[in-house]
Amino acid sequence: MTPFLFMIVVLGFSVGAGLLGSLLGIGGGLILIPVLTLLLKVDIQYAVGASIVSVIATSSGAAAAYVRDRMANTRVAMFLELATTAGALSGAFMSGLVGGRGVYLVFGCVMAGSALVMLRRMRARDEAPVPADALADRLALHGSYWDESRGREVPYRVTRPLAGLGLMYVAGTVSGMLGIGSGALKVPAMDLAMRLPLKVSTATSNFMIGVTAAASAGVYFARGNIDPFIAGPVCVGVTLGAWLGSRHLMARVNSTWLRALFVGVLLWVAFEMLRKGWAP
Amino acid sequence: MSEAPKPEPRRPEAATVAVQDDGEDASPLQPELLISDLLRYGVAASLALVTLGTVVTFFRHPDYLVSSEALQRLTSPHPVPHTLGDVVAGALAARGQAFVMAGLLVMMAVPVMRVALSLLIFRQQKDRLYVGITATVLAMLILSFLLGAVH
Repeated sequence: MTPFLFMIVVLGFSVGAGLLGSLLGIGGGLILIPVLTLLLKVDIQYAVGASIVSVIATSSGAAAAYVRDRMANTRVAMFLELATTAGALSGAFMSGLVGGRGVYLVFGCVMAGSALVMLRRMRARDEAPVPADALADRLALHGSYWDESRGREVPYRVTRPLAGLGLMYVAGTVSGMLGIGSGALKVPAMDLAMRLPLKVSTATSNFMIGVTAAASAGVYFARGNIDPFIAGPVCVGVTLGAWLGSRHLMARVNSTWLRALFVGVLLWVAFEMLRKGWAP
Repeated sequence: MSEAPKPEPRRPEAATVAVQDDGEDASPLQPELLISDLLRYGVAASLALVTLGTVVTFFRHPDYLVSSEALQRLTSPHPVPHTLGDVVAGALAARGQAFVMAGLLVMMAVPVMRVALSLLIFRQQKDRLYVGITATVLAMLILSFLLGAVH
């Protein structure tokens, strides 16, 4: 394979990963890193470095729209970014300590976990009243959003900001270690622990992912893990794919079978990653 | 990312703007629009640089189109520019990969600029608590670049 062909292949896979990611509501990183490492034999440190930059790109692109719509709660985001950036910093350093095999192992576990979360996503939501929280009041985290189906502004209250902070530290660590956005961890933290509405959680998660990723990207860059030859096409491809997916494909795809197919693929890739980390 | 973006803002008043200082309304800044524009134009500028750099790379290295030996070198562990100085020097020498790297750095800078902009907005709203929170996040982002360089 010539470098030119390699770049075209990487670009193609990146567009695909961005497209699929936007349809499934996850970042492209979870899909792209296995493709880069298992199929194209790219060193996992470079794959992670390339992915983290593309995560910033897709997050910023999506967040631009969410902020304009005032769907993302920027105060909650700012507060939780305290924890995600600290987590991302620790994660990026840890990935240097545990090395390639350790990253494969953690990645395999996170993939298997994400697959299970996606399987269970359809369960009923807890509709109990949101408990009052003094710190949430002090931080003025409560807000409201425009609900299209109900045709009115829906106010909501936020609770347990400290629990959210703790969970976000974990999400940030995973993100920094693996070069993924870890929206699959951020959304449940806001949705289940802090009781933000799901739409607001998704939008706010997207808004935060860019800042989380930038914190670890700084470490990866300084360590020389962001290779322009790989990260360039990945960045352009994933952004293009995510844009195409959200603009043109979202409404036309049956997401139930897509999700089922994806869970299968996730589990298989998780197995491959774990095997690679166990016995290289 | 799971929702199709809906571009037009539907509400004139900002829900996320601080409720303090009710006397000083009608702020000249539209915080959400500013942040949204910063994100969009930042990403666009970055992608333009990356694309330009890629084109320059293949112009300067025509052998990349035919030789398969170069790939071995490009995908196994090797030194890449990893300080600001390296990138600037490379860009001045019109090295394609340095342009790509500059584009990637712009991408990394977009969230940092977003946080800096939020800091200015919170300061303008005289929201001291959030000025503190935002400043801490900004400091951590800058620290990540510095710490990584020491590592």
